[in-house]
Amino acid sequence: MKNTIAERIYDFLKNFPPFDVLEKEQLFKIASNVKVTYIEKDNFVFKQEENPHEHFYVVKDGAIGLYRDMDNEQILVDICDEGDIFGLRPLIQNDLYLMSAKANEESVLYAVSVEILKEIIETNDKVKKFLIASFSSNIKTPYAKGTNGQLFANIEMLQTSNSSFTEIQSAEFSKNPVTTLKTATIKEAAKIMSEKRVGSILIVENKNPIGIITDKDLRSKIATGLVSIDESVTAIMSSPVKTFKQKITVAEAQIAMIKNKITHLCITKDGTNKTELIGVLSEHDIVVMHGNNPSLLIKKVSRAKDVNSLKYIREKASNLLQGYIEQNIPIIFISKIISEINEAITIKAIELSLEEMDKEPPVKFGWLALGSQGRKEQLLMTDQDNALVFEDVPSEKYQPTKQYFLQLAKKITEKLNVIGFEYCPADMMASNPKWCLSLSEWKNQFDSWIKTPTEDAMMMCTIFFDFDLVFGDKKLVYEMSESIFKSIESFEIFLNFMGRNALRNPPPIGFFRQFLVENDGEHKDQFDIKSRALMPLVDAARLLTLSHSIKDKNNTISRFKKLAKAEPKNEDLYLSCIDSFKILLQFRTQQGLTNNDSGRYVDLNKLSKSEKLSLKGCFKPIRDVQDLLNIRYNLAQMM
Amino acid sequence: MFSWFKYKNYQIFWKEYSKKFKQKQPKSFENTRFVIFDTETTGLDIYNDRILSIGAIGIFNHNIDVADSYEVYLKQEAFKAETVEIHGILKEGKLTKLPEAQAMEQFVNYIGNAVLVAHHTAFDIEMINAALKRMDLPKLRNKTIDTGILYKKLEGKKDSHFNLDVLSSEFNIPKHDRHTAAGDAFITALLFLKIVSKLKKERNLHYSDLFRVSGKEGLM
Repeated sequence: MKNTIAERIYDFLKNFPPFDVLEKEQLFKIASNVKVTYIEKDNFVFKQEENPHEHFYVVKDGAIGLYRDMDNEQILVDICDEGDIFGLRPLIQNDLYLMSAKANEESVLYAVSVEILKEIIETNDKVKKFLIASFSSNIKTPYAKGTNGQLFANIEMLQTSNSSFTEIQSAEFSKNPVTTLKTATIKEAAKIMSEKRVGSILIVENKNPIGIITDKDLRSKIATGLVSIDESVTAIMSSPVKTFKQKITVAEAQIAMIKNKITHLCITKDGTNKTELIGVLSEHDIVVMHGNNPSLLIKKVSRAKDVNSLKYIREKASNLLQGYIEQNIPIIFISKIISEINEAITIKAIELSLEEMDKEPPVKFGWLALGSQGRKEQLLMTDQDNALVFEDVPSEKYQPTKQYFLQLAKKITEKLNVIGFEYCPADMMASNPKWCLSLSEWKNQFDSWIKTPTEDAMMMCTIFFDFDLVFGDKKLVYEMSESIFKSIESFEIFLNFMGRNALRNPPPIGFFRQFLVENDGEHKDQFDIKSRALMPLVDAARLLTLSHSIKDKNNTISRFKKLAKAEPKNEDLYLSCIDSFKILLQFRTQQGLTNNDSGRYVDLNKLSKSEKLSLKGCFKPIRDVQDLLNIRYNLAQMM
Repeated sequence: MFSWFKYKNYQIFWKEYSKKFKQKQPKSFENTRFVIFDTETTGLDIYNDRILSIGAIGIFNHNIDVADSYEVYLKQEAFKAETVEIHGILKEGKLTKLPEAQAMEQFVNYIGNAVLVAHHTAFDIEMINAALKRMDLPKLRNKTIDTGILYKKLEGKKDSHFNLDVLSSEFNIPKHDRHTAAGDAFITALLFLKIVSKLKKERNLHYSDLFRVSGKEGLM
């Protein structure tokens, strides 16, 4: 019998993977059993940790955002639009939903019965491969990007080991952790550890974890004779322990280890240390799960003996970045990890240079990252932007002190260059006498930029105000920030100039909603994503945080977060700025990796329709925040 | 003899149908089966025009269930060339067509005690009832909802009358297969879900509100 509706659904589905590889009868069976659902904007299709539905979903109209709750915030992991499928993995793997699905706009979904699909998987090998590949890489349509070798390798690995290792996957942890009570002696604990051949032991009280002892504690505290082996385990255990929920993903675990500089995480029933211990996740577990791993890279950095090994690690980090982007890992994670690695490399380069100097530094100093590195938003290999500050010295000692630090800076920048950070073409580096200054010189420099806000001075401010201490003395940097706020306080009109500077980049979209592209030059007809889309957000965030005298926030995303709290009435705007910024940064990084350049100029003809749409979606917050600056700083009058 | 046999068959299906209304009827949106349907006819005259096709689809717990759909084309002697350009059904087309009586039996079996929903229900129900009358059967007993009237319950829409084309544009529903019974039923189903969802957002919507008819009713 004729079935017009099923035919129409069939016609839609057949355009999208994996439905496009199905046999006609198979797809018609799916189409005639679809359930059609309407979801209003901001309503949930399902929530994280819910039991899986009987259906997975295909977006017919609208857009569904996939969110993951981490550290009490919702991170947008992906947006599914027309033809994208979501919510399938938990159904196949009999697992809870790892993410929440929320309608970003009103949406119509086709719900497809997983039972029918399972039948098809049995007989259709292509579908099977598609699904395994999309789970392992977590990208929606792995075939759309061309089947590269890596993807194929993933399939092979998964088929043999029957599990998938991606950053968003839950981390496998040891379910029967070795434990002892706090009444045990260190000797008893060490005995248990060597019997069970484990590198760590948990100290529990009423089954709740209260402390941990690792091999390292035994080496550093017992073997050195600091503590007697007959003392209680409480004498050397690390306490309290860091506890997490069962559903921790590989990426989250890695972040937690890097952040807390620990190698073992305790998994408890509800994620706090007040409930029963159910497992331990060690760094080793993660290394096993995931070969190319950031905490391992950082470890390698600290063990590196020369520049060449640092260069090698930096290249490894690039591969890691590429992998992360391909897997659609949230950009916040990626930038955190990559910044950590870059920072570790820089610190090592500084340490190696210090060893080469004839004598110790004469006074305290600080090495500063500037611009996007200072903001920790640098993902691709780029130029160095750095500066050095040293303690004030009596005038007769000034010259030798400055000479010492210039020489040190020269060594450091040379090393960074070898490692792969190109020299800054504008010579904004600590090896330049202009940017290797004493604390008072910096204070004067900032003061003069603020009080004579020429165009050049404003540009310097945008670069130098985003400094971040990489190595050295915190107090020096604190005083630098203080002096900036003090100068601004005494010369408030500076903020208006800064506002004008923030608006120097016209909004990215023209009157007819077309992209504004470069009119001439090498990049004619290309879209400058850096200056037209990213910089307006960076500039706005900097200006607004300065106006609130918010300190210690150098990163655009954390600046907007702080602003959302400081100005509740503009919360929505600032949060949408964060979303846009993340998408744009990810986009730029992806462009850079594809074209092997800085990713700054985008060839619009090479973008798909959905890529263009998602870019355009980012522009509204840019326009809105520029409008806000315009009104707040009365800029229309100044222009 | 033959006609007596046929008559008896009708009695059985109608008895089964009537029995379904003796059970307790569901009291919430989530537990109710809605059947959204549309008819294509030779014209607008309830007595002289005939049904050419019926398309229908079920909604249960906010889901349009494609597996629960029904589509039939009817063999009719009455035929008007001028309406062909609207519905596109030719007298001797390639489609398999059923005699009216057989189609009615299938349709009645299919709908059961579901709540019937259509855009301007009154006309479609009357057309079905007229066909049932030709089979010496009583009228349908199902509760009905008119999406045209439901739409007017939305804030600020009290005095608006719109046809399916205008409403599907307003609600961003793609107009595939417009003027086929199944296509229109599907469009109406989406419209129904969207209006109900909007109504729920605007106020505390009670199940019984869906059936309340305020003001005048009829063909618009």
